[in-house]
Amino acid sequence: MYFGLSEEQEFFQDNVKKFLADNASIDEIRKIASGEGQDLQSEIFQGIINLGINALLVPEKYGGLGVGLLHAVAISQALGNGVGPIPFSGSYVMAPLAINLGGSESQKEELLPKIVSNETRFGIGLSEFVGAREDAGLEIKNNKASGRALFVMDAENSDKIILATKAGVLFLIDSKDKNLTASRLTTVDKTRTFQELILDKVDCEILEESSKNIEVVKKVVDAGRIILAADTLGASESMIEKAVAYSKERKQFNRTIGSFQAVKHMCAEMAADLEPCYSLVWQAAHSFDVDSPIESRLLACQAKSHLSEIGKSVSKKATEVHGGMGFTDLLGLHYWFKRIGLNRQILGAPEIVREEAAEIQGFNQ
Amino acid sequence: MDLEFGSEYDDFTKDVQDFCKEYSNAIITNANDKKFEMHDALSGNSNEKTGKVVNRSDWQRLLIEKGYFARSIPKEYGGYGGEPDIIKSRIIATEFSKNKVPNAMGGQGIDMLVPTLLEWGSEEQKQKYIKSTLHGETIWCQGYSEPNAGSDLANLQTKGELVDGNWVINGQKIWTSTAQFSQMMFCLIRTEPDASKHAGISFILIPMDTPGIEIRPLVDMTLKAGFNEVFFDDVTVPEENLVAKRGEGWSVANSVLGHERGSLANPNATMNRLNTLINLMKEETIDGRRLIDVPSYRDRLLQVQGKVMAVQAHSLRLLSSKINPNQNVKLGGMIQKLVGTELRHELEGLAIDIMGELGTLYEDDPNVRDGGSWQFTYMYFLGLIIGGGTNQIQKNIISERGLGMPREPKVTVEV
Repeated sequence: MYFGLSEEQEFFQDNVKKFLADNASIDEIRKIASGEGQDLQSEIFQGIINLGINALLVPEKYGGLGVGLLHAVAISQALGNGVGPIPFSGSYVMAPLAINLGGSESQKEELLPKIVSNETRFGIGLSEFVGAREDAGLEIKNNKASGRALFVMDAENSDKIILATKAGVLFLIDSKDKNLTASRLTTVDKTRTFQELILDKVDCEILEESSKNIEVVKKVVDAGRIILAADTLGASESMIEKAVAYSKERKQFNRTIGSFQAVKHMCAEMAADLEPCYSLVWQAAHSFDVDSPIESRLLACQAKSHLSEIGKSVSKKATEVHGGMGFTDLLGLHYWFKRIGLNRQILGAPEIVREEAAEIQGFNQ
Repeated sequence: MDLEFGSEYDDFTKDVQDFCKEYSNAIITNANDKKFEMHDALSGNSNEKTGKVVNRSDWQRLLIEKGYFARSIPKEYGGYGGEPDIIKSRIIATEFSKNKVPNAMGGQGIDMLVPTLLEWGSEEQKQKYIKSTLHGETIWCQGYSEPNAGSDLANLQTKGELVDGNWVINGQKIWTSTAQFSQMMFCLIRTEPDASKHAGISFILIPMDTPGIEIRPLVDMTLKAGFNEVFFDDVTVPEENLVAKRGEGWSVANSVLGHERGSLANPNATMNRLNTLINLMKEETIDGRRLIDVPSYRDRLLQVQGKVMAVQAHSLRLLSSKINPNQNVKLGGMIQKLVGTELRHELEGLAIDIMGELGTLYEDDPNVRDGGSWQFTYMYFLGLIIGGGTNQIQKNIISERGLGMPREPKVTVEV
């Protein structure tokens, strides 16, 4: 019996952490956030791809590493920890799972190897399946998709995009389709990109299994939620480390502020809140890899909503420990705060996800 | 990640499951002992009393004989005499909890004194006390806290002097639970007044029927839990009742305090209470509507469930760290008391909230739900948040020992 990340998973995680520490310092993150660092962002992206994160969830049969979601969770923690300004949750977790679970054999053979070779980059947008805002929503008529999709993940610089109808049928479109209008949404989080898409009779290719089995899209959402929870876990961990380190340096009243119980207790509370979260997220990922959908879906929902709550509280307290500096752009702590804030809302805010968890358990009649 | 215990545990698990089937929802009787009235709610035991009826000391003996209790305590001292096996202990705890089999008796004698004697006691002390304690025949109370030695426990002043081969003890202890039912007390006494604060304390065993002991009930907010103040007026006990050496009491006490902190918030008990709460919310109604169908109540339930699932997963990680010594979970162990007691308090409080006015009923009111156990446990866990090292002290420990933050500078007061 062993509960935790394996040596291999930790090794992979450390590599991503080290890479970000060396190549994505706060100055570099700031440059990317201001929109002036496109070359820099491409370099970081290429460096991370060279570590092999794109191949994780593609089965060996199609040239990938064929590891489980727990492995991807280890990477997602590292990306959250360093506010990695690259696509991951959509392009390299949800997209390969959507194709692997939802595609026909020929679709898998065609598409999955291209994720590994980095020839095709995918974005994915399931927000309208999870809970449509405004008049957003997509429908397919005569093999043409029309409608509006909000908060499409990792679609910028993508080649293809996976979308879902309200009924949960997954389909592919070409990112360069002439009947597609894409615009970047300006969110608080500048480390990742989200798009609004307007489709007007766009050619589409349905992922065949997904039209027969609603479980496909649900599993992809489960995985996305667990990965976002892991990103929040990593980002929260980093915020606590920064708060503790700052409190040991900063002096007021001739003492380091970390010697004041008011400050110490905030740090202890953050650590105590976050520590069981590692276990919850890891168990959710493990359950996704081995258990029945029902069992793992409850864990996925609870990991997503619980991490959203703990992340919110940690990001507030850690900022407070930094005092005025925490509020500045100079320190850049806000990149973590905002990343956690966005993770909370995407693929279902806590109340939405908890309501789903209640449904899974048959609580609401 | 590998959550399987391995096929070598299959037979053992089957044996435990068979036993659990036989004693599911068993009723453990102890006519003379009011302390156990609310014990079931605290430990998350089932309140469906539909199973076999067993006398408490027979139950203790049966569990020892099967190796489900006192498992790694040597046979010669009344235990089962098995090799320590964390996985087997876990299987026992999980199956008992799942099948609603009452746990073995706990209490400070079993949870704290027995491990202390095994580590520090003389051969005579082990022979004399461990077996009768395990069988539930000798009940112990703990004499640690004093009116001026709470969080600052090492400030304790109850003094003991060695006179003609006897310890003569004078002073006062407080927060002594079960003193009125106990045959014995294990006690921290200042025996070396000239030594430094921590080095002047000894660990001494005191029979509660010794002349000069006065027990005064200290009624707490639950009106049930039964704390006491205990006064010592020239209480005289033999020299050999000292455990370990003179002045080693602080080390002796600390070696088992960590154990108590962990046991204050058992995640299995918390999960069982959550399940009881879910059932309650399906049964109780407001304006004819089930409580679980009220969205705001349901959302709070789901929030608590998320926390319970997190601590349950966390207990698996802690278990794993015991089996795999290279796994580092230092901080993970330190947070248990803080997180576990706060969570139970919140969970029990939620049950009261969703019942509204009915949630205020208590004791023997004819309309009270679950014997008033929600209010009792809600209040009792506030006591546990304060006791066993207050949760503020826990936060000091987490920040200083876990996060490496500096200690509060010592304030020296000039008199």
